[in-house]
Amino acid sequence: MSDLDTQIPSTFDPFAEASADNAGAVSKEYVHIRVQQRNGRKSLTTVQGLKKEYSKTKILKDLKKEFCCNGTVVEDPELGQVIQLQGDQRKNVSTFLVQAGILKKEQIKIHGF
Amino acid sequence: MASDNATDLKDEISELAPFDPTKKKKKKKPVAQDHVEEVEKLVETTENLSVEDAGESVFSGMKKKKKKQVELDIEENEEGDAGEDNDDGKLGEDEQGEGIIFGGEQLPWEGTDRDYKYEELLDRVFNTLRENNPLLAGDRRRTVMRPPQVLREGTKKTVFANFMDSCKTMHRQPEHVMTFLLAEMGTTGSLDGQQRLVVKGRFAPKNFEGILKRYINEYVICNGCKSADTILSKENRLFFLRCEQCGSSRSVAPIKAGFVARVGRRKAGV
Ligand SMILES: [Zn+2]
Repeated sequence: MSDLDTQIPSTFDPFAEASADNAGAVSKEYVHIRVQQRNGRKSLTTVQGLKKEYSKTKILKDLKKEFCCNGTVVEDPELGQVIQLQGDQRKNVSTFLVQAGILKKEQIKIHGF
Repeated sequence: MASDNATDLKDEISELAPFDPTKKKKKKKPVAQDHVEEVEKLVETTENLSVEDAGESVFSGMKKKKKKQVELDIEENEEGDAGEDNDDGKLGEDEQGEGIIFGGEQLPWEGTDRDYKYEELLDRVFNTLRENNPLLAGDRRRTVMRPPQVLREGTKKTVFANFMDSCKTMHRQPEHVMTFLLAEMGTTGSLDGQQRLVVKGRFAPKNFEGILKRYINEYVICNGCKSADTILSKENRLFFLRCEQCGSSRSVAPIKAGFVARVGRRKAGV
């Protein structure tokens, strides 16, 4: 039952985009974890959509320590604070966020190949 | 009449092969081979019997009954075996089943005394259905996508050569597919002169395949009936996926690239 409740709003909310545009807030339903290629074999992971209540810098600190990689928090005018990490840490980040109790698995959307 | 025959036969059999009494002893040892031989012997004897009888045309009326009686005897024996020792019974049955009845397609349970299993029965139904009415057999014509053919262009670009092909099999606008691919891969790209998709970065065919699979799940496949026969249309700023098979319709999320980190030289811009 609770599953159903959480899933209904996440299927599609036609007003999410509009309100996000207006308020400059993060799109509510998902935390997006993406990967981007840099030059050569290098890549970087971005975590977008974490709630405002969470301190990105503190999370970043733990992530960096956990995965032994560097990273930074980027301020995006539309998407809010976005965590960037070196390397493809998508799996790591999602398990970390779930284990830390920050998010549920259904709230995370992993992108990329 | 019948009882007379039976006694006659029993005498004959006991002459030729000491069937019943030894059997019980032998069964304790694992000698399936012996048993088979015995059965063969018995079959031989019956054949001999019938041949001999055929010679005597006088008893042609009785002869048939005689033979039947013998066979019945065998069967009875076999059944008794099966009760006691399954392997022996099976061997005997197989021996019997070999040359006698079956010429054509054999069902797995035929010639054995076990019950058919559900799967076997199901197979039989579908085989029959396929033979007589292939359209109903449920072999859904699956749209098979050719795997992406991916080439490297230089060291920093990747070419998705059969991109247009894939779009056509999915019945989707190339622009839509391209937007999704690029957003998911977090890179930029464009179509070249030969309608191939050129993207920045190095990607393996597997990468494209994975993303295409996700695209199909989100923007092609009908949630209700899993059909790929769907139409994606835009109605007042929203994308809807309508199924041509079952008529169901659902809205799909617009493609958003989301956050794209700035990679490359730092001095350029901002
Ligand atoms: Zn459908």
